[in-house]
Amino acid sequence: MKPIRSLMLVSSDPESTRRGAQEVHRRLHREIKALDLDDEVAVSMIGDVGRHDALPMVIVYPEAVIYGPVTPEDVHFLVEEHLHKGRIAAGLQASDRELSGRIAWLSARRGTLPAEQRIVLARVGLIDPENIEDYVMYDGYQALGKALTTMSPADVINEIGKSGLKGRGGAGFPTGMKWRFVSQANGYPKYVICNADESEPGTFKDRLILEGDPHSIIEAMSITGYAVGASQGYIYIRGEYALAQDRLHKAISQARQLGFLGENLFGSGFNFDIHVHIGAGAYICGEETALIESIEGKRGEPRSRPPYPTTHGLWGKPSVVNNVETIANVPSIIRNGAAWYRHFGTSNSPGTKVYTILGNVNVTGLIEVPMGITLREVIAIYGKGMKNSASLKLAQTGGSSGSIIPASLQDTPMDFDSYARTGVSLGSGALLICDEDTCVVDLAKVLLNFFRRESCGKCTPCRVGTQRAHQILTAISEGIGTQRDLDDLQMLSDRLTEFSHCGLGQTSAVPIRDIFRHFRAEVDAHVQLKVCPAGACPMSGQWVSIHWAGKSGLSPM
Amino acid sequence: MLTSIQSEQDVISIVESAVTRHGAKSESLVPILSEINQEFGYLPGEVLSEVSRVLNMPRSHLISVASFYHMLSTKPRGRHLIQFCESAPCHVMHGRQVWQILQDELGLEPGQTSADGKWTLVTSSCLGICGVGPVIIIDDDTYGNVTPERVPDILARYV
Repeated sequence: MKPIRSLMLVSSDPESTRRGAQEVHRRLHREIKALDLDDEVAVSMIGDVGRHDALPMVIVYPEAVIYGPVTPEDVHFLVEEHLHKGRIAAGLQASDRELSGRIAWLSARRGTLPAEQRIVLARVGLIDPENIEDYVMYDGYQALGKALTTMSPADVINEIGKSGLKGRGGAGFPTGMKWRFVSQANGYPKYVICNADESEPGTFKDRLILEGDPHSIIEAMSITGYAVGASQGYIYIRGEYALAQDRLHKAISQARQLGFLGENLFGSGFNFDIHVHIGAGAYICGEETALIESIEGKRGEPRSRPPYPTTHGLWGKPSVVNNVETIANVPSIIRNGAAWYRHFGTSNSPGTKVYTILGNVNVTGLIEVPMGITLREVIAIYGKGMKNSASLKLAQTGGSSGSIIPASLQDTPMDFDSYARTGVSLGSGALLICDEDTCVVDLAKVLLNFFRRESCGKCTPCRVGTQRAHQILTAISEGIGTQRDLDDLQMLSDRLTEFSHCGLGQTSAVPIRDIFRHFRAEVDAHVQLKVCPAGACPMSGQWVSIHWAGKSGLSPM
Repeated sequence: MLTSIQSEQDVISIVESAVTRHGAKSESLVPILSEINQEFGYLPGEVLSEVSRVLNMPRSHLISVASFYHMLSTKPRGRHLIQFCESAPCHVMHGRQVWQILQDELGLEPGQTSADGKWTLVTSSCLGICGVGPVIIIDDDTYGNVTPERVPDILARYV
């Protein structure tokens, strides 16, 4: 795929096909070629887009114009007008009225360029993060003032609940519900904890928010504190993020000076202050109970849940733990209302999502787009196509704990519900795009190496299971894997999921599950034919593990 | 530049200043150890004993915490610490070749310190700079888009 100017998507669900979508697709190709635009315009068939009143549909990016129903006879006019003359082909647009929730955002952003929607990153790159006045000029601390002076804590929780905001750290738990649990919990004092221990491989969205707009987190935490009845907040930030730590410290001291932190905020009698706790390098501390243990000065080993931190958190007191990106949405929601927020994204996953685009694409980086965008769109529009015109083999979504998905799933809308239905985890929003040179065994080996290294060692399934799975994958990549190894790997994957104490061990099985599900033939080729189809594995057959030499008969758990 | 221990008084004053800054509370343990680790490049045994005395915590607890976190080390490290990111995003961008050349240039296995005490080479999980993988960090300097060809030049900047 090369850098392109426009992307045209043709719906190809059964109904569209019945109504001639294939012919529309073919004619689009022909017309585009006739105008010599085939280097600049890409045409793709996509699956069900969730709207059935105007099929077949043609969606054109980056303008996000929806045409439909488009007959084969309309194609010449459409291409002539839209692509050649650069204006909307009058009379062909689908009506606004019956847009389903899933693609309503397409219409909402029609004609806007770029099609990103920035809520969380609205000020990043626009203001001086070390100057509180810049933040205040761009609506900063308005939401806190509004909450403290015109809303009760219950109002704030209701508004967040109505907005449908879900946790952006990976699990997608409704934020309003979490806040309600904490506000209703017995015990005092209560704590607000912002989880900035962003360690998921491929994820650096929280770092950019903290470096570019630190006050938004301070404001959001104060609002959270007011809502749940806490007057003390902790930001747990990973040790490696030196610049973000520095900016947070500066922002906190400026906020204290101007009275946005401290006592009697906005004359409401509400007190709130924030302490920055700097981590010392441990992936597991992103797990909320491990994070709490770590703040308390211990090894970051996850606690048994229940009880949840909402009732027994820091120092055994009710605590709300929210990811940076999640609470960065809070000030905008309070300022503009829940109804405004629900304009973005899909009906079950409102709002935007920040993604990091990585791997074999022409442009890597960070985008914030409405929930429900597809992988194909992300690669074509924001990634500017695959590097070296390669084709997409797989994408790894959501960092190490996310999913490995094959190219065939690239048209599934990326929102919590659609992904959950296809068994994919949206995770932290990292999108690692891999071309045909990527070997799935090699990739799984790298991922399991990560888990084995980051396993805290508290529970046996994870401590031993990740180690053993990495050992087997290494053997397979060396061309000395056996059928028995594959069976063991399958069993390990099941047991890691079932018996691990926390999410780390449970999700460490996901890469194994996914490569078996989507790329079984490629894995088998390593074992049965002793061949790595992608040419990435050494296949030298010389692997001898230092730690496991002589223990090859060891059974997995 | 790393500090080396000259006298018992050094140990006492450095621990005292870290404890004063962060407070003698259990929640300050990790920040205190981090600060001391930054000072010496690792956590010397006599310093841990002093922290244990001042905070009134068993030494075993300190060792258990110190050995848990990647940024803390209970073993001496070289003057320069090289962290190589071995997570998937850097790996997909051909990180393996960079890793190979790093090992060849330095003659070190992961976790080893060179005989002259100049380098310590460690692998690391994701460092959060994935847009420009492969990534290595030497002391406080970050290098992105590293290619095998650039590695000798980068290493030559350190004495």
